Amino acid sequence: MRTKSKRAEGRGQSAEAASFRPQPSALGPLVEKVALPLLVAAMVIVLWHFAVRFTETKIFPSPLAVAKGIGQLASRNLLWSYIADSLLRVGCGYLAAVILGIPFGLLLGSSAKLASATNPLIQMMRPISPLAWMPLAVIWFGVSNLAPIFLIFLASFFPIVVAAMNGVRNVPPMYVQAGRNFGLSKRALITRVIFPAVLPRILVGLRIAFGVAWLVLVAAEMIAVDSGLGYLIIDARNAGRRYDLVVGGMLLIGVIGLALDTLIRRAERLKVVRWAFSD
Amino acid sequence: MKVQFTSISKSFGATHVLEDINLDVNQGEFVCILGPSGCGKSTLLNIVGGFIQPDGGDVTIDGERVTGPDPRRIFVFQERGVFPWLTVEQNIGFGLFKLSAAEQRERIAHYVNLVGLKGFERSYPRELSGGMKQRLEVARALAVDPDVLYLDEPFGALDSITRLQMRRELLRIWEAEKKTILFVTHDIEESVQLADRVVVLSARPGRVRRIVTIDIAHPRDLSDPRYIKRRDEIFGEIGLAHKV
Repeated sequence: MRTKSKRAEGRGQSAEAASFRPQPSALGPLVEKVALPLLVAAMVIVLWHFAVRFTETKIFPSPLAVAKGIGQLASRNLLWSYIADSLLRVGCGYLAAVILGIPFGLLLGSSAKLASATNPLIQMMRPISPLAWMPLAVIWFGVSNLAPIFLIFLASFFPIVVAAMNGVRNVPPMYVQAGRNFGLSKRALITRVIFPAVLPRILVGLRIAFGVAWLVLVAAEMIAVDSGLGYLIIDARNAGRRYDLVVGGMLLIGVIGLALDTLIRRAERLKVVRWAFSD
Repeated sequence: MKVQFTSISKSFGATHVLEDINLDVNQGEFVCILGPSGCGKSTLLNIVGGFIQPDGGDVTIDGERVTGPDPRRIFVFQERGVFPWLTVEQNIGFGLFKLSAAEQRERIAHYVNLVGLKGFERSYPRELSGGMKQRLEVARALAVDPDVLYLDEPFGALDSITRLQMRRELLRIWEAEKKTILFVTHDIEESVQLADRVVVLSARPGRVRRIVTIDIAHPRDLSDPRYIKRRDEIFGEIGLAHKV
């Protein structure tokens, strides 16, 4: 009898909670999440097409010209190698930032003294655009992949450090207290309490950092390299004023960025962090 | 004598929080520490829990001086103390890492039943109501089989109906498991409903004003004249006439 009433209580609660969530639209999720955004995109493309026709601009390409340009790149196999090169650079720089930034941030957050000692320096470094490092990057790394990778690393390192640091500092003291009360060793306290408590904040930091890294890509590939989506844009303008390829490159960066961001957002649904994100 | 406080005092900077607290708690006794907010009752509980060191005096448990937190004595917070990234059974099993897998399963099953969370073993805390989360935290504490439980205003965040149910559940568990309980509250009625003895603290700096023995057997009838007499004694002690 007892268990039954408890179960009813649980159900009652979740039903109550559900009523405060936004109601699912009458259109259904597929229409709302897929069909409507596609419709809006299609409308913008149509608008774009007629705007180019009516203004008779010689600079801004029509959607069809852009599609043709991208098709041309694809047929010369340049498209895939450019995308692969860009992904490789962002991947390397970002991964290095993740590998170094998370432990560094956790370390800074674990000591109030360390955090307050280093925080001003970190906060001062953050507003310096990674692009300001371009001249130095070229001198240090020369004509190689390392220069853009370094810029992307810089761009994503600080958001990750700050997220991990603030994450540790904001772990409710109660969790740590409970962990100590149950007799956890220092190491177990970190792996079983602090790390899982911080993980959702780190994930948010990773997402922000990825956004910045992708944003910096174009500028990073303006120097030292002769491939990639950022290079495509600069090269298309310099060599023959191919504005169809400029806009094509922009669109590719946007679409791939969106796809990767969606992928990272998916991680918020993983069991270990889901508790911190509302549905 | 299970727990013995000897002339405990504590200040935070210039704020004098506790002054000369002396108190003996017997094995298996349910003691409520009652006082207005800010009187240092939570600090006192944190001192006996080993999380805060007193400036003067000491606490001994079974004759042994308290120097830090210990799994033999578990602290229960308001329901926010459960780990949100663990399921109900993982939370209850949190402190059982020294046991074999089979023993862990057995303990978890036992305490899931004891606190009435059967059917919710795989649920996460966010899927539970406030009262269920509180029961989960009590189960997590009991699972490591401590001799003393410290409860710091555990039902403060619950609605009044759930609070009443939770008190009844806690008494049932206390009678079944024979633990010594130190329970901090600012709720006079709650203390008289639960405790063998109510320790009334003064406003800051907290001192023991009076210790009221509630010599009424459980379950207590809230309209029993003896219950009302004890309650009014404490109301009077704190200087409140219970008229609204």
